[in-house]
This record gives sequence, C-alpha cells and structure tokens, in this order.
Amino acid sequence: MFQAFHLFQMIRSSNKGERQISSNPLLSIKNIQKDFYGNKVLEDISFDLDRGEIVGLVGENGAGKSTLMNILFGMPVIQKTGGYKGTVQLNGKDICFRDPVDAIEAGIGMVHQEFFLIPSFTATENILLNRESTQYNFLVELFGDRLQKLDRTAMKERAIRAIQTLGVDIHPDTLVSEMPVSYKQFTEIAREIDREQMKVLVLDEPTAVMTESEASTFLTAMKRLAARGIGQIFISHRLHEILEVCDKIVVLRDGKVIKNIPASEATLRNIASWMVGREVGTTSFRRARSADDQDTSVLLSIDKLKVDMPGERVKNVSLEVREGEILGIGGLAGQGKLGIANGIMGLYPAQGSIILNGKPLPLNNPLESLKAGVAFISEDRRGVGLLLNESLKLNIAFTAMQVKDRFIKRLPGGIKWQDWNELDASAKEFIDRLEIRCTGPDQRVVELSGGNQQKVCVAKVLAMEPKLLLASEPTRGIDIGAKQLVLEVLREFNQRDRTTIVMTSSELQELRSICDRIAIVYEGEIVGIVPADAPMEDIGLLMLGNKLVDEPTHA
Amino acid sequence: MRNIFERAINTLGWARLIIAAFLLVLFCVAPFVGIRIDTSLSDILVRVGMNGIMVLSMIPMIQSGCGLNFGLPLGVIAGLVGAVTSMEFNWAGFFGFFMAIVFAVPLAIILGYLYAQILNRAKGDEMMIATYVGFSSVAFMCMMWLLLPYRNPLLLWGFGGTGLRTTISLEGFWLSILDKFLSFRIGSLFFFPTGTLLLFALACLLMWGFFRTKTGAAMMATGSNPLFARANGVDTDQMRTLSVIISTVIGAIGMVVYEQSFGFIQLYMGPFYMAFPAVAAVLLGGATINRATITNVVIGVILFQSILTMTPSVINNVLKTDMAEVIRIIVSNGMILYALTRKEQAKK
Repeated sequence: MFQAFHLFQMIRSSNKGERQISSNPLLSIKNIQKDFYGNKVLEDISFDLDRGEIVGLVGENGAGKSTLMNILFGMPVIQKTGGYKGTVQLNGKDICFRDPVDAIEAGIGMVHQEFFLIPSFTATENILLNRESTQYNFLVELFGDRLQKLDRTAMKERAIRAIQTLGVDIHPDTLVSEMPVSYKQFTEIAREIDREQMKVLVLDEPTAVMTESEASTFLTAMKRLAARGIGQIFISHRLHEILEVCDKIVVLRDGKVIKNIPASEATLRNIASWMVGREVGTTSFRRARSADDQDTSVLLSIDKLKVDMPGERVKNVSLEVREGEILGIGGLAGQGKLGIANGIMGLYPAQGSIILNGKPLPLNNPLESLKAGVAFISEDRRGVGLLLNESLKLNIAFTAMQVKDRFIKRLPGGIKWQDWNELDASAKEFIDRLEIRCTGPDQRVVELSGGNQQKVCVAKVLAMEPKLLLASEPTRGIDIGAKQLVLEVLREFNQRDRTTIVMTSSELQELRSICDRIAIVYEGEIVGIVPADAPMEDIGLLMLGNKLVDEPTHA
Repeated sequence: MRNIFERAINTLGWARLIIAAFLLVLFCVAPFVGIRIDTSLSDILVRVGMNGIMVLSMIPMIQSGCGLNFGLPLGVIAGLVGAVTSMEFNWAGFFGFFMAIVFAVPLAIILGYLYAQILNRAKGDEMMIATYVGFSSVAFMCMMWLLLPYRNPLLLWGFGGTGLRTTISLEGFWLSILDKFLSFRIGSLFFFPTGTLLLFALACLLMWGFFRTKTGAAMMATGSNPLFARANGVDTDQMRTLSVIISTVIGAIGMVVYEQSFGFIQLYMGPFYMAFPAVAAVLLGGATINRATITNVVIGVILFQSILTMTPSVINNVLKTDMAEVIRIIVSNGMILYALTRKEQAKK
C-alpha cells in the first residue's frame, strides 16, 4: 500500500513538466482504481471537469458511481476498505481527503439523494448550520467563541443571497418540515452555495424525488451555477435531463469508463445501450420456444396492483403471466420491481385485483397466497427468507409443514407431530440435489455461506411444490457457481414440473439468460414487456422510463 | 486439551460455571460451619420442585418473541384464586388440590388472553409492559381480596368477618400433598419430594412435546423471526396470544404446586415479586430473551435454588449475620441485569 503510494509520487513528479504547460482543469480524476476485498468496482477511471462545466455521470446500479463519488468526497468507508489507487487533482494540486470535512474545506460540495437537513429548523438555519454569522457578547470571554450570539439579520441576508442564486423563491423562515420535496433539495444546494470557496458540486440523483416542473426549475438553477464558474458532476437516471443540462457525458459500466463524449454527440438510445452493454457469451438456460407456448392459458392476471412497500412502491401494475412461462421483472433499484412479488404474497399492504388460476386471490394475506399455490423466494434472505438460528431441515420443511401439513405425523387426539425422519430424509435429498455445503441436516443455517443459505431458500420453495414461484433476486450476493446452480434448478423446475416462475432481478443478463419475457418496471409501473432476446438498448431505454414508441429527440 | 476446555466454557457459559464453582465451594465449606449436606440437598430438591413449573412457564413467551414473562403475577393470581376458591368449599386432599387447578386454569386463560391483547399492541416493549401489567394486577387484586364474597371463616380476617387474610395456612387442606406423594427418606434428614418432582418432569415433557408439534414450530418461528413466520403463513399475533395464554396457565398451575409445598397462601402483596426469581432462574440456566430450552429451565432452577438455599445458611453461619435477603436480591437481580445486556452471539 505504502509502496504503491510512493510509486505514484514518482510518476507524478515525472509528469510535472508537461502538466504545467496545459491549462489545468478544475477537477481531474486520473486512473482511479478501487476494490472492495479483492472485488474490483472501479478500474482505471479518468475524466476532467472544467470551471463552469457540467459533467453527466450515468450508469446502472452498481456501475460504480457512488463509490467514485465517495472517493472524491473522502468518505471514511473508502479508507476503511483499503483506500484507492490513482489520483484526484483539484486546480492542479493533488488531493486526498481523509474525511468529508476536508473535502468541504477544499471546496467540494455534495448534494445527497436523501436529505441531510434538520426538519424543525428554518431554511436559513439549515443553510448556515455551523457557519452562522455571529456577534460578540461577554460570555465569550468565559466560555469561548461557541457562545457568540447569532446575528439573525446577517444570516437571513446570506440565506436570501444563496437562495436567489438558484433562482427559486423560498422564504428564509420556512421550516424545512413544511417544505415540498424540491424545496428541501434546493435548501441543500443553497447550503453548499453559501460556502465562499465552493468550486465543485456533486449532485447525486437530486431530481429523483421531483416532479417534472420542479426538475426543470432545478436544471435552470444548475445552469446558473455553471455560469458562476462552478463545476458540477450530475448523476441522474433521467437521461433527458442529462442531455439537456450537461456539457459532457461519462458513461460507467462495471467500474469502467465506457464513453466520455460531449453531450452534443450523444442520443438517448446511444447512452442507454452503452449503459447496459452487450450480451457477451453467457450460458443461456432459455429453452427453444415452441409455437404452442403462445396458446397456453393465463395463470396469473394482475390488475391495477398498488403496493405500499417502502423504497419499492408499486403504483399501478397490470400484468398477465402465462402458464409454464418464466417471466422476468427488471428495472432499476427503487422503481418498484420488488414490490410486485411482495404484494402478491401479501407481505406489504396492497390494493387492486389478482386472479390466480381463475380464482381471485385475497390480498394482504400470506397464508391464502401460499395455500393457493404461490411460493416466494424473498430478496431479503437473512431478514425474511430464513430462520437463521434453526436447523437446515426445519428451514426447508417449515413452509410446507405449516401450509400443506407435510412432514407431519398425526398422533391420537389430533396432535400434529413433526415427523423428523421425513424431515431428515427430505433435507438430505435437497442437500444432494442442490449441492448445499453443510455438515448435515441439523446444522444451523446462520453458519452457512450466503450461496448455501440461498440454496436452502430454494429448497424451501421446492418442498412446497408450488404452481407459481415468485423468485425475488434469487442470485443476489452469491458467488458465480451458486448463481449458476440456482438458475439451473429454477430452469429445471420450470421445465420438468411446468411451474410458472416470475423472477425479479436487477441483473439484466441473468433475466435474459433464463426468462421467456421480461417486464420492465419504472416509477412503479410497467413501461414495457419485451421478449428476452430483445436488443439490450431497448431494454436499457425502458429501464430509464422511455417507452419504445418513438425516438425522443435531443433537446 | 485447551480446545475441550474452551468448548466446555462455550456450551456452559461463564455465568453458569462461576455459579457452579461458587456452589461447590459452599458445599465444601458447609460441613465446617455445622451445616448438614443431606438437609441442604433435601431443601434444594423441595425448592426445585416448588419453583420448577413457574420457571417452565417462561418458555412459551420467550419462544414466541414476547420476551421474559415479567407478568407472571397474573398467572400467580389465577393460582391464588383457584386455591382460595377450592378451600372455600372445604375440599381437602388430592381432590382439593385438583379443584384448585380446575378453578385456576379458566381464569388464567381469560387473564392470559387479555394480557396478550396488551402485549400485541406493544411489540418491542413487551418486557417493560409486562412488568407493569404484573405490578398493577397485584394492586388491583389487593382490593379484590377484600371485596370478593368468600364466606369460609378459615379464610377470613378474624375481626369483622369480611375480606381474606394475608396469609392462609393449608394445614388440614392439601399441605404438601404432592411432596409426600411416593416420597421417601434416606436417614432421618434427607427427604425426597417425589410427587412434586414427578409433576415437574411431566410438565417439562409436555412442553418439549408441544414444541415438537406443528403449532410449536410456528410459535418458535414467530419468536425467532417474525417476518419469516408471516411470510410463511403463520398468524404471528395468534401465536403470540397462544404463547401468553399457555405461559399464564402454566404459571397458575405452578403457583398451586408452589402453595402446597410452601404450606401457606400469601395474598395481597405476596405475588408482587414472584416474577423475578423465575426470570432469574431461566436466565441463569442459559436462556436469552428470545431463546429458551427445557435444559435451560432445569439447569437454571437447580443452580438458582441451590444458591438461594446454600448461600444464606453458610454465609450466615460464617459471618454470624443475616444475609439471606441481601444475597437473594443480589443474585436474582444481578442475573436479570446480566442476561438483558447480552445478545445471543451466532457461531461463525
């Protein structure tokens, strides 16, 4: 680590000569590399930001955007996980922040997606928090500068000045708790603007929570800031905003810079396809689709489903799933794709109508859903999917035991006794079939690795022998081998037992490799359903909320 | 060698090893200060039988995630009412004992159901709520003992003729009826309370059996991971309610067993601190606030009652002062404090 740092010092000093000739960009990111415990998340990232320039940073979830911003902002998590390689220069000087306070002092501001505001304080108080204008009083002699009196009039003036720069109309005395979302976002930015030395502003999906008109006011404000010479890095999933406001676009994928081009040369379609990439030789589990597949009956039909799942809200989903198919549900994180399966299972409050096999399915009642033949692999394996402190065999058998009275021996008097012999036998069978690495059916699942825990979850639903299987992120956080195996088992399950599967996943490649059709969810609604072999860029566009009807024109 | 030692510590836990070592020291010292081991052992066995079932009543609520049953006084009250009602009719012997339980159980079911409704509205704070439910129910019963229409003069205050006495003797009713059942003596001083211990063993067996049933598994899952339970079709509120009712009913039966051994029925403030020794015992046995086994109960009640029996007698004889109450309070409250601060650690 230290040696690497030394090496960079040397490289830098050798480069010094040529750098002084060219005019320095405001912020320059050079050859940034970062890995988390050997898992590379950023590879050789380089780009520049000039004064008054807006760079749009786009990429899928997990492309490395947040990690890059964390490095720039000196978040402690970076140091804790072994630092990074490469250099960041501000005004031609090397910088390496130990914590965000350093970054703020150096003139880098950050506006987060979640608000860091105090709800019961006014706009002024929030904007100037810890940088208030103060007046002397005698207590200072006794207790030090922290006891200076606040100069309310001066503070208000400063706040108004910062707010005006943004071109919005927020009264400085409004309480943050009473503001609409966009005003909160503006207040955050005003706080950054008030810093005299602010040179670079990082905006991490600031428009995600805004309505169209709010967002357009926001973009205007960004342009005003750019006119004042502030360099900005703008992260957004709304590509048309990026195209409207940015001078330059940097596309990240799998931790690499895929494209770095002037915004004038990019189109929505291009960006989308760069983001999601092209399919590269993954094993396909997809069966050859036979002609009669189209004719099979509808197993599940969902009409106007609304699910109130925090962070994954479903607003209005109507969907039909055919018997025997594998339907994929994709979309970016937070758009509501996970809410659909959770809503069908009755785990979060839902409205609308669901018809399974011709019969209406009662909502908000997990037991009824299970009895109707629906099984669920939860995306939250450790939180919802498993009894961590119990044995493997009980975990596998639990649902089938509770719902279908399997693994039960009836004793006189109607006592339903757990049949441990049968429990053992079935656990052993699944251990062999799914290659679960464990010491035996009695091992506690908390002691297993993530991949093996997931296999236990899969075994649990297989034991249910469901008609419809909802698999939410079945391969999240498990290694390649286990991933392959889980997908193979699902495929086999689908083909041999004709089980209909609805699989939700953030990994497009995975959906494409196993599903027959893919539905893409954006802002709580399904924007389109495409066959799995549809072009990647079409799917990419859908994920960003652009319907496939026409090519949107570049603003 | 080192490994075996470490594993022993891990399975038993430091708390139990220290207490056991302390007990061993007490037993070694006892003969030298004029305390007979056989009397002490006999005392311990009687106390284990007396308290065992009440400690066992902790299990259903712990397993269903309702935490430690600090509301045990509710069950105790049901047990007291059952006993007093049976005595009102002058029923004696095994029949009297049996009828006490018959009266106690329905009341415990009703109280347990109401108690569960409160606990289901206070998820996450069950133990705090339970403590106050226990305390306030005792206060409420202080009024009721005066007002309930009991007529048997043996139960009433000598003056005035209304209101139940604070302490009622079981002499002539069903005093030690279980203790003496099939009991035997070794020498003149060692007495083995066979009946009480048999009933305790039977209760443990039934409890073990309950958790081997489908409902038992559902209850365990509710406590272990309520989200899992819900996602797998278990009605968690119903399971919690059931667990509270079972705990309260067992608490009531435990109280009747306790009375026959103790020889007196203590009303009014009697049940006030009943929950603490039972809670301390199960924790001492190695239970945590969300996981308890029959083994925890058995080990816990034996260790805890041994300490309570041995410490006062030995220390009093050594120091020549009465330390019984002080030590009892330090051990039971210290144990509760210790257990509440530690979280179960998963082996990796």
